[in-house]
Amino acid sequence: MSPDLLKLIFGRLGIDSLPLHEPILVGTFIMVALGGITLFAGVTYFRLWGYLWREWFTTVDHKRIGIMYMILGIVMLLRGFADALMMRAQQALAFNGSEGFLPAHHYDQVFTAHGVIMIFFVAMPLVTGLMNYVVPLQIGARDVSFPFLNNFSFWMTVGGAVLVMASLFIGEFARTGWLAYPPLSNIGYSPDVGVDYYIWALQVAGVGTTLSGINLICTIVKLRCPGMTMMKMPVFTWTSLCTNILIVASFPVLTVVLALLSLDRYVGTNFFTNDFGGSPMMYVNLIWIWGHPEVYILVLPAFGIFSEVTSTFSGKRLFGYTSMVYATVVITILSYLVWLHHFFTMGSGASVNSFFGITTMIISIPTGAKMFNWLFTMYRGRIRYELPMLWTIAFMLTFVIGGMTGVLLAVPPADFVLHNSLFLIAHFHNVIIGGVVFGAFAGINYWFPKAFGFKLDPFWGKLSFWFWVTGFYMAFMPLYVLGLMGVTRRLRVFDDPSLQIWFVIAAIGAGLVFLGILSMLMQFAVSFLKREQLKDVTGDPWDARTLEWATSSPPPDYNFAFTPVVHDNDAWWDMKKRGYQRPLVGFKSIHMPRSTGTGIILAGFATAMGFGLIWYIWWLAALSFIALLAVGIGHTFNYHRDFDIPADDVIRTEDARTKLLAGAK
Amino acid sequence: MNTDTHAVHAGDHHHGDGHAHSTFSGYMLGFVLSVVLTAIPFWLVMSGALPSKQITALVIMAFAVVQIVVHMIYFLHMSPKSENGWSMMALIFTIVMVVIALSGSLWVMNHLNSNMMPIHEMTGMK
Repeated sequence: MSPDLLKLIFGRLGIDSLPLHEPILVGTFIMVALGGITLFAGVTYFRLWGYLWREWFTTVDHKRIGIMYMILGIVMLLRGFADALMMRAQQALAFNGSEGFLPAHHYDQVFTAHGVIMIFFVAMPLVTGLMNYVVPLQIGARDVSFPFLNNFSFWMTVGGAVLVMASLFIGEFARTGWLAYPPLSNIGYSPDVGVDYYIWALQVAGVGTTLSGINLICTIVKLRCPGMTMMKMPVFTWTSLCTNILIVASFPVLTVVLALLSLDRYVGTNFFTNDFGGSPMMYVNLIWIWGHPEVYILVLPAFGIFSEVTSTFSGKRLFGYTSMVYATVVITILSYLVWLHHFFTMGSGASVNSFFGITTMIISIPTGAKMFNWLFTMYRGRIRYELPMLWTIAFMLTFVIGGMTGVLLAVPPADFVLHNSLFLIAHFHNVIIGGVVFGAFAGINYWFPKAFGFKLDPFWGKLSFWFWVTGFYMAFMPLYVLGLMGVTRRLRVFDDPSLQIWFVIAAIGAGLVFLGILSMLMQFAVSFLKREQLKDVTGDPWDARTLEWATSSPPPDYNFAFTPVVHDNDAWWDMKKRGYQRPLVGFKSIHMPRSTGTGIILAGFATAMGFGLIWYIWWLAALSFIALLAVGIGHTFNYHRDFDIPADDVIRTEDARTKLLAGAK
Repeated sequence: MNTDTHAVHAGDHHHGDGHAHSTFSGYMLGFVLSVVLTAIPFWLVMSGALPSKQITALVIMAFAVVQIVVHMIYFLHMSPKSENGWSMMALIFTIVMVVIALSGSLWVMNHLNSNMMPIHEMTGMK
């Protein structure tokens, strides 16, 4: 075939795009392929495709979508963590003239992919998954406001993850660092597909994130059960509301910045170029207007989880509910006023730097108020040291350290010394792991029995906890030391042999975290095998306080047979105190949304379009775009969107629960 | 604590909770105002009635702001009461965010531009 024809069909994609010359990647590919084939064969052998398609892929049930988000987050955690292990090993080895085992071309992709994956495809899915699962239950709703949109949002997030994973084996990922600053990310310095993978993965996933933000705001504002006024909402629902407001207000900025960058790369505009009037500094400014709210998007729901966990396991009402809500709202607003602290050293001058330094320090006030509220909730409480509470205490200790180094970095003169150093790396891992990741794990351990009807095994859970916490401190405290000594981030080889010991300690810490992750996978497996022993039939295994514990575990498709009516904060605790009797008669049929495959199909086309645009396969991009429009418009003619669960089915489900509850007593 | 029945649940679907009702005269008034507010800037540009271009631009922007308000009141039916005040709340939040992002970016970029960008006279000196 002629080269022109090949180019028309395959764009820039060719045999040489496959990284056959990189043994690490070939090995990884073989492992992934073997795993994939095994999984595929297993699903086919057990004839699970139909079940998966009907019950999971096409579901509009917020609970199942929430669980799928969590699975996505955990799978991507394995990938992101593999990158982390490689970096730690590389930096521990590359001393005394050794080049380590990663060539520069590969190493730069690894640190970029690690950052992108951990933020967008681990932390975001874990947080969104928990919100998706818990929020409708906490407000006594049957589903989110737009159930189909929810399914579509999830699959768009998966589409982005698929593109990032594809870059591992087809072509390469960006070598620019996780925010792809121009001019490095412009076409002149990054002519390969890496940055295009970055752009389209984030654009596809960003659609999902934004839509799920709109969906959850609408759900919280509109679908609260009778009696639940704003100031009677559980704190997790409050933090979710603020997080989703932040998502809706800030993700469009990311979308626009990346769109401008892609215009620079694809059609030769000069928004962020060095010459022709472009300003790369504008990119840095805009992307941090998204980027700073993003860290609060991640950590606010974690604060909500810790609030629920602290009050449940201390057996007390949350101390200072009102101040907690106001602190959350103040953080929401302030998170928009601090973005410049990410580039103090770009040269804004004293007035600008001092303004943003001070606003940054002010954020620690509402955050500190929260910390005291949790402490006062625990004060004189009957604390039960179950797994969620352990993670919460680890969070409180770790996050305070991270917060203090953050305030240190907020002082512009100090930042001039520490910026771009490993001190910064240690700081943000300190707050993201200590805050978001520990929060997600507290949430997983707390709500797992609600989702599956059995608790997680405490032995493997505690093992995982201790590996994670000790591993975290061993991995990141040395980076503070190195940062203070002036070691900058993203280095591949080192000259000064006296630094090596710190990197070795950090690598051992990463190894401990790896054991923590393995223990957690083990915890899931063991809990599944021991599910009869760990079973919870009451639906309220922790003697908890909020509405999600009022229904069965796992909850029925319709969540609540009767919409609850709320009279007080901690609605379920209030109901238990008043001697609530579960209604046994009078069930009616329940109106529910119907599953649809449109979400996964649309996301599939969006992903194909992204792939076409990355590789300049224009026919594929155009066809996918047309298909996207056609399926989207076609879906508006689908009038079979809902159905009624017959009263008989509701009676059967509720009677089964009545029997279980009777058996438990 | 008791649970409600379906009847009670249906009770919270109270329609018209603060939805401004759209009337023909309301839409007409909005339409006429929009046309007038568009025609005046058009006339200003075409006739050059104001002495300088800069003043014209500022006046047009002022008209644009008024136009936005007209659209929100007559077409989007915004009022402090619509959707139990949530629309107004969202609007205020949006304005705060936009003002922060725009004014902040202008301030920051202005500083960066004067401190960091190459001085253009240099190019003429070679």
